[in-house]
Amino acid sequence: MRAVAAFLATRLARALVAVWLVSTVVFVVMRLSGDPVPLLLPPDAPRSEYARVAKELGTDKPLPVQYGVFLGNALRGDFGRSIHFREPASHVVVGYLPATAELGLTAFALALIVAVPIGLVSAVRRNSLLDQVAMAVALVGQSAPTFFVGILLILLLSLKAGWLPTSGRGDWTNLVLPALTLGAFSMASIARLTRSALLEVLRADYVRTARAKGLRERVVVIKHALRNAAIPIVTITGLQFGTLLGGAVVTETVFAWPGIGRLAIQSIYNRDYPVVQCVVFLSALLFIVINLTVELIYGVLDPRIRPR
Amino acid sequence: MASSIPASVPAEAGVPSVAAAGGRVARRTRLLALGGGTFVALLLVVAAAAPYLAPHDPVRQSLRVRLAAPTLEGADGRAHPLGTDHLGRDVLSRTIFGARVSLVIGFAAVVVGSLVGATLGITAGYRGGWVDTVIMTVADAQLAFPFILLAIGIIAVLGPSFPTLIVVIGLSGWPGYARVLRAQVMVLRSREFVDAIHALGGTVVRIVSRHIVPNILSSLVVIGTLELARSIVLEATLSFLGLGIQPPTPSWGGMVQEGREYLDSAWWISTCPGLVLMLTSVAVSRTGDWLRDLLDPTLRGE
Repeated sequence: MRAVAAFLATRLARALVAVWLVSTVVFVVMRLSGDPVPLLLPPDAPRSEYARVAKELGTDKPLPVQYGVFLGNALRGDFGRSIHFREPASHVVVGYLPATAELGLTAFALALIVAVPIGLVSAVRRNSLLDQVAMAVALVGQSAPTFFVGILLILLLSLKAGWLPTSGRGDWTNLVLPALTLGAFSMASIARLTRSALLEVLRADYVRTARAKGLRERVVVIKHALRNAAIPIVTITGLQFGTLLGGAVVTETVFAWPGIGRLAIQSIYNRDYPVVQCVVFLSALLFIVINLTVELIYGVLDPRIRPR
Repeated sequence: MASSIPASVPAEAGVPSVAAAGGRVARRTRLLALGGGTFVALLLVVAAAAPYLAPHDPVRQSLRVRLAAPTLEGADGRAHPLGTDHLGRDVLSRTIFGARVSLVIGFAAVVVGSLVGATLGITAGYRGGWVDTVIMTVADAQLAFPFILLAIGIIAVLGPSFPTLIVVIGLSGWPGYARVLRAQVMVLRSREFVDAIHALGGTVVRIVSRHIVPNILSSLVVIGTLELARSIVLEATLSFLGLGIQPPTPSWGGMVQEGREYLDSAWWISTCPGLVLMLTSVAVSRTGDWLRDLLDPTLRGE
């Protein structure tokens, strides 16, 4: 148990350093990107007005001081007031979070529900027509640029077929295309990995034993093979969940989905640093938490794995 | 003399695995890779000879043939095999010239990324200790958040230009090289031949350049190829978001963006460059996967 605790402590420390590095880089980049004050004022505003706004935002102080203030506040979850929305940045981001969570979780669930059975059938019926077609599609899905997958889906399923709306957020029909677009890459990766992990396991001696003692093929595949193939599947699945956050930026832009990805892009254009910093901080934190969780799940799935 | 000892290590490791992969699958992979390689070679030729191959000037506007569907005889009496866009520019010619942007930025970014990634990865793996910890923490930090946000921020500051895009896209890939190469260098460093050369008076520079680098070269080529696909897609994505190469210079991502408004009435504007981009990405990654299986099967699953 002590080994596990020490392992976790090291990982956590490194993760915190990572979050700090990421926020620092974003701080520097955003401050270099230009003065936000003129964006808030009419072009003919007097100098006194400029000074007042700069003081209010804290941009009148030297950069190192601004950085110190930023770090201290960030630790308390305070990223300052949004320049564009004129309310605390964390409130703005939290307001946009449900849309991204809805999209991300749907995409992720869709990817898993579609990919694992496909990978399973592909492995069991290796080299069948279904396997070949599925793997060819997965290969293309893994290499295709997210934004173009989105454009193709809009063109075929909403403009030509007229089945689904092209953009925005509303009922479940609005969710289908963005979730498919965002999930396409993960779906392809998970399907390929499930197939190869299962193929590996199906060759194992205990699978032969299970068959030899007369178990039905279903039981052999699901109970004996799939469980043992789960570790690589969980790894890639966890990592995929992290990359979904990056994909959300593009997908939300293509489908005008009101989530934090699109918010981040718009905030960069508006030079709304507090919001950008908050989004980046949150995404980095999420990604790291997910990775740590995945590593903990290993131990549950396979007692042989002991953290070094 | 000593350099011939380590050189044989990874090469031998690669051979039996390819043979064991099974004839049919290996043949198919090889065929796909051959197709991929041919496509990339063709694309290189097209990009190099763009001014001779493109039937029209890619930036010349012609309001008489706005939004013309693919035709062999347009309103201007000339062929537009892939139609024209909202400004009457020939989509085929623009797609051909767009290959230049994609390939120049893609290859240059791979050079930047592999130089930075290999240097840091080798240093981390060879030196170990706190140097290793620092480099790998930075790599983890970069991998820990959506790079596209950072890329957009940096490009918004510096302005979109060829050099900025190359550096930003190149740097986005360095942790990939560093992680893999670091692990390999750590293994190589603990091998006896390193101690032997050291005992014979070989300097660190000599050990690394003559004995370590040749041993990780195949991994570098494999990662570089896979990175090329990623770089091309990232460039297109940035152009799509309006942060890549600026109009009127044609780039595939930018063309998809320009055609978005006309998707319903003039699908060819977005679809043609988009499909070529997708094909390129698939072709390059196929080639990369094949190289990986051939040169360095240990990279599988990375």
